[in-house]
Amino acid sequence: MKRYRARRRRNAVAVSVCAGATLLGLGWVILILLALLREGRSGMSLAVFTEMTPPPGAAGGLLNAIVGSLMMTALAVALGTPLGIAAATYLAEYGRHGRLRHVVRFFNDILLSAPSIVIGLFIYEILVAPLGHFSGYAGACALALIVVPVVVRTTEDMLLLVPDPLREAAAALGLPRAAVITRIAYRAAGTGMLTGVLLAIARISGETAPLLFTALNNQFISVDMGSPMASLPAVIFQFALSPYKEWQALAWTGALIITLAVLALNVTTRTIASARSRK
Amino acid sequence: MASSLPVARPALGPAFRHWRAFDCGFRLVTLTATVAVLVLLVGIMIALIKGAAPAFAAFGPHFLVDSSWNPVIEKFGALAPIYGTAVTSFIAMLIAAPLGLGIAMFLTEICPTRLRRPISIAIELLAGIPSIIYGMWGLFVLAPVLQNTVQPVLIGLFARVPGLSALLAGPPYGIGVLTAGLILAIMVLPLITSVACDVFATAPAVLKEAAYGVGATTWEVFRHVVLPYARVGVIGAMMLATGRALGETMAVTFVVGNAHRISGSLLAPGTTISATIANEFTEAVGERYGAALMALALILFAITFVVLAAARLLLLHAGQQTGQRP
Repeated sequence: MKRYRARRRRNAVAVSVCAGATLLGLGWVILILLALLREGRSGMSLAVFTEMTPPPGAAGGLLNAIVGSLMMTALAVALGTPLGIAAATYLAEYGRHGRLRHVVRFFNDILLSAPSIVIGLFIYEILVAPLGHFSGYAGACALALIVVPVVVRTTEDMLLLVPDPLREAAAALGLPRAAVITRIAYRAAGTGMLTGVLLAIARISGETAPLLFTALNNQFISVDMGSPMASLPAVIFQFALSPYKEWQALAWTGALIITLAVLALNVTTRTIASARSRK
Repeated sequence: MASSLPVARPALGPAFRHWRAFDCGFRLVTLTATVAVLVLLVGIMIALIKGAAPAFAAFGPHFLVDSSWNPVIEKFGALAPIYGTAVTSFIAMLIAAPLGLGIAMFLTEICPTRLRRPISIAIELLAGIPSIIYGMWGLFVLAPVLQNTVQPVLIGLFARVPGLSALLAGPPYGIGVLTAGLILAIMVLPLITSVACDVFATAPAVLKEAAYGVGATTWEVFRHVVLPYARVGVIGAMMLATGRALGETMAVTFVVGNAHRISGSLLAPGTTISATIANEFTEAVGERYGAALMALALILFAITFVVLAAARLLLLHAGQQTGQRP
């Protein structure tokens, strides 16, 4: 009986430690979100979306940073998604049993978690240094390199979920392989592939490290992607570490905007995914 | 699809005649894209090696063990950033590994089913928050708390303990190696939790039920059934998280203090490879300075590559192992 009680006690301790760990984890989420809301909310106004980043000591907004971020993200997705989907198509459809698939999957998974700052330096070496200037195009390329592994991974997983009898039925009707893929497999895996792209957007919208040496920053609004470009994360980095109160307040507001955008993307992804699984 | 079977291809319907060329082209395009992903990784390595070459030519292998970093006389060594990267990641794993496993155990073994989804979504929110936000939060919220309350207590508490007193010595700056490790721990926590949940879930329900049937407690089932079953996968999860912690840039740059020195105390400011690059690359004048930073990036990429590759192999192995068993 004594031993039994000791076992029960040990179990109670272990269970409460695990519950405590979970509470601690949840507490961190709440603490971070609360701090963001508290510091960022006061600066949230129309001016943030209509005015440029100010010089030190003046009021202003984040318009140029928001425009820059949107443009570079859009171009990055436009560059990275087709490449990622094409590669995933080969892995899931043509080369499903080949050796190439194992090699590419393995290295793609490594790219997925590779330090993003290294990707920034890579683009600096091959684009910025040879051309001699920082540019929005370089920033978008760096972000695109982060999009590719995310899209490859999710698209491949989604294509593998499409039941093979569907493909076989289509092939039996005389459809060429490319038609089976584009008209049947893509359509069946469509929403899943979309969630992959949304996840990739969520991932790059907060990326700072790859932009520091590629797009640099820009004090003024610019829609010319051939020149240095502002982005929300880079502006937050610069403003948060500055000694000026107005800049720090704007950095918090920018942080709140990015976090809300990322959370909205995550929620959308989840809603799509759960609607799909309910079907 | 059974593409390897020797079946006669059905004749294309008239509506699909023009697809024949497209069929070939499509396959070629997808193959090219696949190879491009490989080329990308090789290209990154080649570009880094090329960029780092002047530094290694100038300093030789001594670069790896030299702790000096002086842009004025252009003398560089990588030891201080390597040390900082290793120590911050180590602290992060020391905190995040037990926490993450605890949360994973709670979610898979203890938690009521109804609460499981909301809790795991909330934990995954941590993974979605961009790293620069962690940096700001660490600098403006966490660091003052550490400086004013936690660190003075720590210093007082361990002042008389031999060994630990040196580890936790010096004035409480708030920012420093310990703070960076703490922020990294929060950042890798959701990764450990989600991978650990996945590997815990692979333990067969029959085994667990059998253990409960002979009267084992929840803890005993976890300790003696689930954990041995998931061991390889857990190690893989840890290495995956380590790889992430090693390369994390922005959050660390905010709170590590950016001082090129190796200090015995965890409270002192230090630097990491990624923080050094983020801070200094745009201001690096002179070929040697830039090359030294490129060399740091190459070292970081090589380390994370090895760690991540090992993690993937372990997880692959764990998956195959459980796949073979009934």
